[in-house]
Amino acid sequence: MSKVPADLKYTKSHEWIRSDADGLLTVGITDHAQEALGDIVFLELPEAGRSVAAGEAVAVIESVKAASDIYAPVDGEIIASNTAATDAPEAINADAYDNWLFKLKPAPGADLDALLDSAGYEAEIAEA
Amino acid sequence: MSKQTPLHRAHVDAGARMVDFAGWEMPVNYGSQIEEHHAVRRHAGMFDVSHMLAIDVTGGDGRKFLRTLLANDVAKLTAPGQALYTCMLNPTGGVIDDLIVYHFADDRYRLVVNAGSADKDVAWMRERIDRDGADVDLAPRRDLAMIAVQGPQARRLCWQAIVGSEAASEALSPFQAVEFGELVIARTGYTGEDGFELTVPASRAVSLWRELADAGVAPCGLGARDTLRLEAGMNLYGQDMDEDTSPLDAGLAWTIDFKDQSRHFVGREPLENSGARRRMLGLVLEDKGVLRAHMKVTTEHGDGVTTSGSFSPTLQKAIAFARLPLAVAPGEHVTVDIRGRMADARAVKLPFVRKGQSLV
Repeated sequence: MSKVPADLKYTKSHEWIRSDADGLLTVGITDHAQEALGDIVFLELPEAGRSVAAGEAVAVIESVKAASDIYAPVDGEIIASNTAATDAPEAINADAYDNWLFKLKPAPGADLDALLDSAGYEAEIAEA
Repeated sequence: MSKQTPLHRAHVDAGARMVDFAGWEMPVNYGSQIEEHHAVRRHAGMFDVSHMLAIDVTGGDGRKFLRTLLANDVAKLTAPGQALYTCMLNPTGGVIDDLIVYHFADDRYRLVVNAGSADKDVAWMRERIDRDGADVDLAPRRDLAMIAVQGPQARRLCWQAIVGSEAASEALSPFQAVEFGELVIARTGYTGEDGFELTVPASRAVSLWRELADAGVAPCGLGARDTLRLEAGMNLYGQDMDEDTSPLDAGLAWTIDFKDQSRHFVGREPLENSGARRRMLGLVLEDKGVLRAHMKVTTEHGDGVTTSGSFSPTLQKAIAFARLPLAVAPGEHVTVDIRGRMADARAVKLPFVRKGQSLV
């Protein structure tokens, strides 16, 4: 069974989102996603300062099997990318929630309510 | 509804991730695909290849029939147990399938063909037998299971797992097979490592799988099988060649035997007329990223395309097969379009890896 921590938000495209105390959002991929992708070997993460729209492809994650886009969960600006994950992408397979991909400053009025809670995401992956 | 091999339950019990492959429900990995890959390069791994089909070809015209059906020449197979890799071509010189043919006697051969092509292969062979009125019987053997055991320790662990098999098979050279009771032990494979491909009655498959696992052979899925064959420079049917591809353009010229002028094998004439128009080379990505199939390749001599690509666990770099203009030479740098990003790659001779060692 894939882990779905209760304190995170989720997207249907298998990103997890954590609301940090500093008002930023930390984004990664879910345990379910890393399991489906298999061994992750390469990450292409966005540059800090880039403005992104909800649903926009902002990063690429490549496993031995396939390349997958990672999407911005809400409108906002990229603040940082996790270079440690770029250097050792296989760490995401070991713990998808401990290895974030990028931090995002949500735009004013960004729609956080559209994100799934853990129950909603669990239902989403149970259907697939 | 996907078909299942006799080992299906064993895969599920081992926690395999099952996927559809050519209509068969097959294990893609049991955990980490990269670890399975390394197990084969460094020790020994085993693959369920029971989705592939063994077809027994018997009868007095068997040899004659196969000499026109297949582009390589079964006349090279003189001793019992000798085997040959070959393409089966259509009349326009495209590849219907690639296969291994085993020679047990001049009136008894066995072909092992790809799962996805098995039905059309049998239909094509029957059509030719009927048209020629040849004394040839075909027996598709779905009562058999096949397990490929590959890696530097593969033969030793097979001998450990199968009582009496060492004496029967230790003298086998590559591309030789021996019948051992109800087993066929063949020194063949699809990984670039030493090893055996074992054919057994379906009813014995699970016990053999368990005995091999107990001897220390790691179960490996189709994911590792793909990266291993890619490193080993071996084509995958349907991806690196198909009915619209000349084997001469797909790195398979070495399997086409034109020597005997009187041997009019199917597809010979179009191949002799066209010659090679493209060249198959390996690519090693020098920039970051992963190469995949169907990426555009730009060279000083014109454009090409990748046919297979992945991350090479042995080289720790992305690699691909590419169909390129004939003038491209190994060592040249080319540009690959990776989803809109232009990346530098180096053309190399295949294979990338043989017996655990990088060749590039």
